[in-house]
Amino acid sequence: MIVELGHFATILALGMAAGLAIVGYSSATNVNWYRLAGVLAFAQFAAVGLGFGALVYAFVTSDFSVLYVTENSNTALPWYYQVSAVWGGHEGSFLLWTLMLAAWTWAVSLAGARVPREIQGRVLGTLGLLNAGFLLFLLSVSSPFERLIGGPAEGADLNPLLQDFGQIVHPPMLYLGYVGFAVAFAFAVAALLSRRLDAVWARWTRPWANVAWAFLTVGIALGSWWAYYELGWGGWWFWDPVENASFMPWLAGTALIHSLAVTEKRGAFKSWTVFLAIAAFSLSLLGAFIVRSGVLTSVHAFAVDPERGLYLLAFLVVAVGGALVLYGLRAPAIRARAQYWGLSRELMLLCNNMLLVLALAVILIYTLYPVAYEALTAGEKSSIGPPYYNRAFVPLALLLAAVLAAMPVSRWRRTPVVLFRNIGLMLLVALALGVLLPLVLGGAIAVGAMLAVGLGLWIAMTHAADVRKRRRSLTRSYLGMVTAHLGFAVSLIGIGVTSEFSHVVDARMDVGDSVTLNGIEYRLNRVERVSGPNYTADRVEFTTGTGVTLYPEKRHYPARDQVMTEAGIAPGFLGDLYITLGERLPDGSWGVRINDKPLVRWVWLGALLMGFGAILAITDPRYRRLAKRAHRTATSAPMSGGAQPATP
Amino acid sequence: MNRARLFLPVTVFGILAVVLLLGFTLRDPKLLPSALLGKPFPAFDLPVLTGAPGERASRSSLLGEIRLVNVWATWCPTCLAEHGELVRIRRETGLSIVGINYKDDSSQARAWLREYGDPYDFNVVDANGDLGVDLGVYGAPETFLVDAGGVIRYKHVGDVNRSVWDGEFAPRIAALGDSNKGEGGKAE
Repeated sequence: MIVELGHFATILALGMAAGLAIVGYSSATNVNWYRLAGVLAFAQFAAVGLGFGALVYAFVTSDFSVLYVTENSNTALPWYYQVSAVWGGHEGSFLLWTLMLAAWTWAVSLAGARVPREIQGRVLGTLGLLNAGFLLFLLSVSSPFERLIGGPAEGADLNPLLQDFGQIVHPPMLYLGYVGFAVAFAFAVAALLSRRLDAVWARWTRPWANVAWAFLTVGIALGSWWAYYELGWGGWWFWDPVENASFMPWLAGTALIHSLAVTEKRGAFKSWTVFLAIAAFSLSLLGAFIVRSGVLTSVHAFAVDPERGLYLLAFLVVAVGGALVLYGLRAPAIRARAQYWGLSRELMLLCNNMLLVLALAVILIYTLYPVAYEALTAGEKSSIGPPYYNRAFVPLALLLAAVLAAMPVSRWRRTPVVLFRNIGLMLLVALALGVLLPLVLGGAIAVGAMLAVGLGLWIAMTHAADVRKRRRSLTRSYLGMVTAHLGFAVSLIGIGVTSEFSHVVDARMDVGDSVTLNGIEYRLNRVERVSGPNYTADRVEFTTGTGVTLYPEKRHYPARDQVMTEAGIAPGFLGDLYITLGERLPDGSWGVRINDKPLVRWVWLGALLMGFGAILAITDPRYRRLAKRAHRTATSAPMSGGAQPATP
Repeated sequence: MNRARLFLPVTVFGILAVVLLLGFTLRDPKLLPSALLGKPFPAFDLPVLTGAPGERASRSSLLGEIRLVNVWATWCPTCLAEHGELVRIRRETGLSIVGINYKDDSSQARAWLREYGDPYDFNVVDANGDLGVDLGVYGAPETFLVDAGGVIRYKHVGDVNRSVWDGEFAPRIAALGDSNKGEGGKAE
């Protein structure tokens, strides 16, 4: 009964989304309709929330008469995995997607007091239109509310890979980011429709783009961390099509938040900015198509259904194609006369954007190459592995780092050359350290790591010097930017060092055996049988010469008759020790893989700093002052409130 | 003229959409292209991953038994996800499984088999992906069902898990076994 109510609420939500689209677009001319748009935005969120709540209820009560519950849950599953199992499959995760879009829409309606009614109405209308499309898709070809006649007594269980903390936090964060770019997209469409594309428009859009980007950044980092400890072989990025699907909107979004800065401060790059706003969300949609259509295979792929793929492709063509046609018709065609010279900050941000978009283009082409190759050769196939990606991406990332390091001394319009002299000296110091540190601590020459460390240190130095210089006039938006840039440096150093200085050894070990890797002795102490809520496991205890204990496990999940390896990890700021178990050999010994991974945590720590910086930047009172000045009221919601309704 | 440039994005997107549509409709990625269904497994002559030095395998090594031919690599996370199921299939059904180690590092591949178990009768090393091209491999993992006469009977793209095994492979293998008995190896 509850499930039917949820289903019904979701149908109502579709009606409200469609209503919001009509009311939103019409409200430019009618103030009453405008008020109604706000009501509908809330009602839509409440209705999808009820639908989602009903599905959660079905999961925690193990209602196996619901097909989706049967496929993804089990009575032995702990309650928190039963809840996260709601988004463990295609249907439920799409419901989460629509819930988040509804939440964003509501947030936009709350924070909209400072935006002219004409724009705000069209923003809400566009968001309503998008969610109507998603809800129609959900209800027509991928409903999570389907009943089974005579449901089974026990469910098939959640895929053991997904029975993890990562599954609880990674998808919601990621979706908040993906869907959050819908707001920037809607602002772009509204600006084009209203022919109002200016610095003020950029100021409205900027906080939303920042929040979405922060969520996406953290979401991707969580996914990477999860893959690292759960897949059990110490890798943290695989250039898997689905990882690329999340990375492409991230690159477009990164370009967008920087381009928005130029548009807000200097009124330049307008067409480019609005294009990026459309592109970031379009790439999120493309990602959804890739993951859910089966057009590319991947570890993340959902059950494939041609109907779903066709619907999503049609939706993609209408939404993205429509927005891009509008862009072609309405974007300002006249180039703003060049108002910057030489090494100005504009030019540096232009370089930043070019590098990011180039990286994006490479990843897009590589990701779709197998599809295109097959389509063009009528069935011939090809595939591209990680080395191709690294070869193209690493140089671009290092160039980007170099531009970023020089940024703090740059000035709008024109940078006095003398300012570059100071950072030149810093570059020499940083590169010297970059060469020496890996050489002394890692004991090997590794060009990639040396460049990464050197450039990372250079970024830290130039930013630190700039903070010191401005210490009397530090704003939150400036500190946010510095934090995010330091985060980039931290990630860069982490990626460089862990890629080049990780060690691994494979060994066959029995109780009492020891193996030495990179100067640390690992001893297999004992093996014990343990049982979890829905699995049994062999747990092996290792101790190291440095006094650390690790417990890798080999788990057996009876519901799916699946065996999973759980890595034993000793995390550390300076590096992880990481042990995975292989098969137990006939003589009772174990195949063991031991890794040490220096600075691997920095990869994700940097991403967290980036996300935090983006959020810090938009808490700047500047945005609130603006709101007050525009309306002379104290009731305008602070922009940071935009993310609250969707945060658990 | 400037205006025309603004239509560049929608043009590029249009091309992209056509490619996606073709990629999507020309072939259901889970189905075998008709070109290979019912055709003999392509000829090959490749080194064996865990064999004696210089040992090679060819198409004739596949004959005589119904086999799964599994394309895998250590760089492919999905392959790891399916590996346990292959080990189980081998252990519980005794079905012969042959691996194609695809565009991979052979020492890493051997370490992987030591670590996670080796369900394969043998593995061939397809370092450049040439056999992969002949097979129309789209991405690892892919699994082919090859009958005793060396004819491809079925192909699955993506991981072989319990439900894929129960739903797609087991019935076909049972049917193949029956028809071999009944019609005296029609595949030949």
